[in-house]
Amino acid sequence: MKNKEKSFKKNIDLKLWKEILLYSLPYKKIIIVLSAVMLLVAGIDAILPLLTRYAIDNYIVTEDLTGLYGFSLIYLLIIVIQGINIFALIYFAGKLETEMAASIREKAFDSLQGLSLSFYNERPAGWLIARLTSDVHKLSSIISWGIVDFVWGSAMMVAIVFIMLRLNFRLALITLIVLPVLLIISIYFQRKILREFRLVRKINSKITGAFNEGIIGARTSKTLVIEEDNCDEFSGLTGKMARSSIKAAIYSSLFLPSVLVLSSIGTGLALWQGGEAVIQGAITYGTLVAFISYTVQFFEPVRELARVFAELQSAQAAAERIISLIKTESDIIDREEVKEKYGSILQPKKENWPEIKGEIEFKKVYFKYNDQEEVLNNFNLKVAPGQKIALVGETGSGKSTIVNLLGRFYEPVSGEILIDGVEYRNHSQSWLQSKIGYVLQDPHLFSGSIKENIRYGFSEATDREIKEAADLVQATEFIEQLPAGFATEVGEGGDLLSTGEKQLISFARAIISNPAIFILDEATSSIDTEMELVMQKAINEVLKNRTSFIIAHRLSTIKNADKIIVLKQGEIIESGSHYQLLDRKGYYYALYQNQFYRGRERQKQRITS
Amino acid sequence: MTSIKLALKYMTTKNIKYLSAFIAVGLAAILMLLNPLIIKVTIDSVIGDDPLNLPTFIMNIFGDYLNRESLLQQLWLPALLILLITILRGIFLYLKGKWAAEGAEEFAKNLRDELFTHLQYLDFGYHLRKDTGDLIQRCTSDLDTIRRFLAIQLVEVGRAFFMLSVVLIIMLSLDIYMTIISLLVVPIIFIFAYVFFQKVKVAFKASDEAEARLSTMIQENLNGVQVVKAFAKQPEEKKKFVQRNNEHKDLTFHLIKLLAYYWSLSDFICFVQIGIVLIAGSFRAASGQLTLGSLVVFTTYIGMLLWPVRQTGRILTDMGKAEIAFTRINEILAEPKETYRGHGSKGQGKISGHIVVQNLSYAYEDELVLDDISFELKPGEKLGILGTTGSGKSTLTYILTRLLDYQKGSIKVDGQELKEYDRGFIRNQIGLILQEPFLFAKTIKENITIGAKEKENLIDSAVEVAQLDKVIDEFRDQYQTAVGEKGVSLSGGQKQRLAIARTLIKDTPVIIFDDSLSAVDTKTDYLIRESLSERYGDKTMIIISHRIDTLADTDQILVMDRGEIVQRGKHEKLLTESGLYSRTWKIQSQSEID
Repeated sequence: MKNKEKSFKKNIDLKLWKEILLYSLPYKKIIIVLSAVMLLVAGIDAILPLLTRYAIDNYIVTEDLTGLYGFSLIYLLIIVIQGINIFALIYFAGKLETEMAASIREKAFDSLQGLSLSFYNERPAGWLIARLTSDVHKLSSIISWGIVDFVWGSAMMVAIVFIMLRLNFRLALITLIVLPVLLIISIYFQRKILREFRLVRKINSKITGAFNEGIIGARTSKTLVIEEDNCDEFSGLTGKMARSSIKAAIYSSLFLPSVLVLSSIGTGLALWQGGEAVIQGAITYGTLVAFISYTVQFFEPVRELARVFAELQSAQAAAERIISLIKTESDIIDREEVKEKYGSILQPKKENWPEIKGEIEFKKVYFKYNDQEEVLNNFNLKVAPGQKIALVGETGSGKSTIVNLLGRFYEPVSGEILIDGVEYRNHSQSWLQSKIGYVLQDPHLFSGSIKENIRYGFSEATDREIKEAADLVQATEFIEQLPAGFATEVGEGGDLLSTGEKQLISFARAIISNPAIFILDEATSSIDTEMELVMQKAINEVLKNRTSFIIAHRLSTIKNADKIIVLKQGEIIESGSHYQLLDRKGYYYALYQNQFYRGRERQKQRITS
Repeated sequence: MTSIKLALKYMTTKNIKYLSAFIAVGLAAILMLLNPLIIKVTIDSVIGDDPLNLPTFIMNIFGDYLNRESLLQQLWLPALLILLITILRGIFLYLKGKWAAEGAEEFAKNLRDELFTHLQYLDFGYHLRKDTGDLIQRCTSDLDTIRRFLAIQLVEVGRAFFMLSVVLIIMLSLDIYMTIISLLVVPIIFIFAYVFFQKVKVAFKASDEAEARLSTMIQENLNGVQVVKAFAKQPEEKKKFVQRNNEHKDLTFHLIKLLAYYWSLSDFICFVQIGIVLIAGSFRAASGQLTLGSLVVFTTYIGMLLWPVRQTGRILTDMGKAEIAFTRINEILAEPKETYRGHGSKGQGKISGHIVVQNLSYAYEDELVLDDISFELKPGEKLGILGTTGSGKSTLTYILTRLLDYQKGSIKVDGQELKEYDRGFIRNQIGLILQEPFLFAKTIKENITIGAKEKENLIDSAVEVAQLDKVIDEFRDQYQTAVGEKGVSLSGGQKQRLAIARTLIKDTPVIIFDDSLSAVDTKTDYLIRESLSERYGDKTMIIISHRIDTLADTDQILVMDRGEIVQRGKHEKLLTESGLYSRTWKIQSQSEID
């Protein structure tokens, strides 16, 4: 799937573009008007040399000025129309471009909001962002300006050929000899140029990446003393960049001269054959001059058409990626009747959402991630409302999988999960997720103030409720010490705060909606000891009367749980309260010993000394 | 203009070529102007019956052949001439493109290299206060603004001025009255273009900023996808997105609308100019003051001239941008680099690891971060440090590795003052493992051997001690697994373990752990410490940690608070004193005590 998204097809994929045309259907009217305007522009561009011809033949050669005023007025009228046309063309093409970009981007965004975590795990955020920004931009601009150039270019070419044939059939055929060669050469060069520029852009993004690493990793580079190696590597990259850019520039600088030489053959032929025709009286001076202008003029539409085709090819990759993104189906979807009753992800019907008591049951749950080994096999667990469950086990034992399943970020491959006695797929995912409070290992905050971040958990929260939530998690003290208190900006991703502070705010954010179920996923790792103590108090406060799942490395966090579940390779090997498990002298006991063994030894020393 | 002078400095080998590009573009412009003249002569004096009025030097050479009669028989001759001139012009155009690109690309390469090198060797203090996004912007898009300006725009301006002056001379020699009429609009359109693009700068900026806001919003949404989902906040996120998306759409469309006014109006002015030439020419021609051929020359020239004039107006506004970009880049280059050279700069030998710190103080922006620190560490000894956030522990490690230079007091390493050592040498002797290590977008193996490429054979031992072997085993591509955006993302603890391995492989006599096991679970932490003392027991170590367990084994422990050493001694002694150490110990072994 990922490979398919990345592939770049050489030929124009008609099926794909048909699909893209569907996206432009709402703008049918704009497209029709735009095409009409472009036809008019091309028509006027094509007849302007005829006006010169008329002036030459009727006023200059005859040296008779009668009718020149009328001619001037007609000329003025035509150029006023052309001025208006040009305004209209940019206006409508701009309208089409911006409207289409916004709507395609919105479709992609909607699709992303519904996709499951497994989709996100496979794709770096940076990759997705590029789809919604640069790819969307590329696609919408090729569609709008591509229409402009395509209609103008083809109309102009047809018009010029037609006019020339009408003016003098023989002369037209002679001068148009170069046209097919011109077309072939243009398409050849435009393809080459685009390919080279794509390569240049690729290296360029590598250079940006290298600068990024060089700056962010500066401290690390210094401590490892690898500055010189870094510089050498970078210099290799810039050398490659310079070579590719020069190659691309050489292709571009070969293209224009070849086109010029070809069209000068046309001009020369027009002058030679046309000149003889004038002498023989077969054509007028005006016609000769018109022919000469047309031979200079017709390479412009040829070049535009070649460019549109080349760009269409390169935009195809972007189009493919966006469309496959929009069409990607989430692994986790609510059934139609569920959506009917409880609303979709983007349009929830909150009024129909039932309350939650907090009874949870895993029934014969079997689970594995994509094509990997199974993580859970026939997993059963029943949790009464208000019970505190701690999950203990090594990395990969299935702890995180259990809470991910509970939050319906993933769904069981087989088996059921019942909430208050009802299989949870009979409700909407938004319902479940808004009823569960989460504190994750990485407490991601959004840019904005602390207040806004806490309110994220419950949009209708009043300032007082926010303060209460902060009080409950012991965060008020540090918040009030900040320069702007609750209005302090946290920065992008919350990076202006320390990890511990972020964690406390994410706690307040989780608690403010008063959820019946609470999940703590490694919430206290990477926090220093004194902060951990504060957190510990907060946790005990928060978990009162809620069904909760706790995952932690530190056993001190787990000790107070009603039930500790020890997992190994997806199976429950022990369960019970802290003291029950210690008495059992099993796996938990060993784990406990491991953590505190040395500590106890020290203490013994202290006691005995 | 100063920027152009500076630009030439960076084109070390290619500046002659770059200047030649201007000559080539000038010659191409002159050649381009010749074709209409040939057409004129052909129309007027060969097909028509005006006297053949060629420059005397041509008449002197070809005079015998050049008369109307013989040319009439050989009309292919001017046609061939047109072709030959165009070929010649094509060659010059090609050379211009090639040379300008070579000059500009060499400039870009040299400046990029210099910027990168400079950033690598910049003072550590600079890196502490920098703004990454802004720096990258300067190194990439600002640099590209200048490159484009040199490769395309400046040459274009040169061409426009060249053409304008040659056209002026030719036109004047043909007809003064028509010259004035033909060039009437040129200054108007030029000023119009310049003023317009000055004015729409605001609209350009507004659209760019709206785009930045939109991408930031998308970025935050995607980076925080787990949180968005966990709180079922998609509808609210959608609302935010739609607002930004529409704002961007509207502002961009507003800009396009402004451009539509500009292009339609300026096209109209150009058409008016062509019309004026045509009509005024008809008057002149009708009264016999202008030949048909000359009229063709005037209309062709004016068509050739108007486009570059319009472009120039725009480029001149862009020139301001290039100037600003140059200043912004120069600001980086003006920052002082670290001075490296000093004792041990040959990189030979090893220190024994004897460190004596006496009365060390360090202030950062008037704030005392380290206050009168003294301690001694003998070769092979282990020193533990406990301290709250902001107690100055990390600053101490930066000073010991000469990332920061101390202001007061002395540090003696093997009896030699630390300041006198070469920075590179000392960092190869004292390995510092950071709490939040940075991994490069390379494979795991490359990341581990990055500081000691020649010691690849030590990789297994380093990886085992850091307890990284099991982690690597789980990856499909093992050591060849790519790290970062395009590969696996490692957890905080795994990153720390990799950082330990890459420092161990360097085999430095002194190793500093700056809380570099904080994200590792207790069991792994224990295993790492065990195998460290087993295999690297002879190294001098400084271990900063929040975990008492980690510190308990050390020979000496310092407890730091607000830049001062408030307690020191061994674990057992510190436990009996009241203070941060015993308090932390109590918290950590809480479950044991109650």
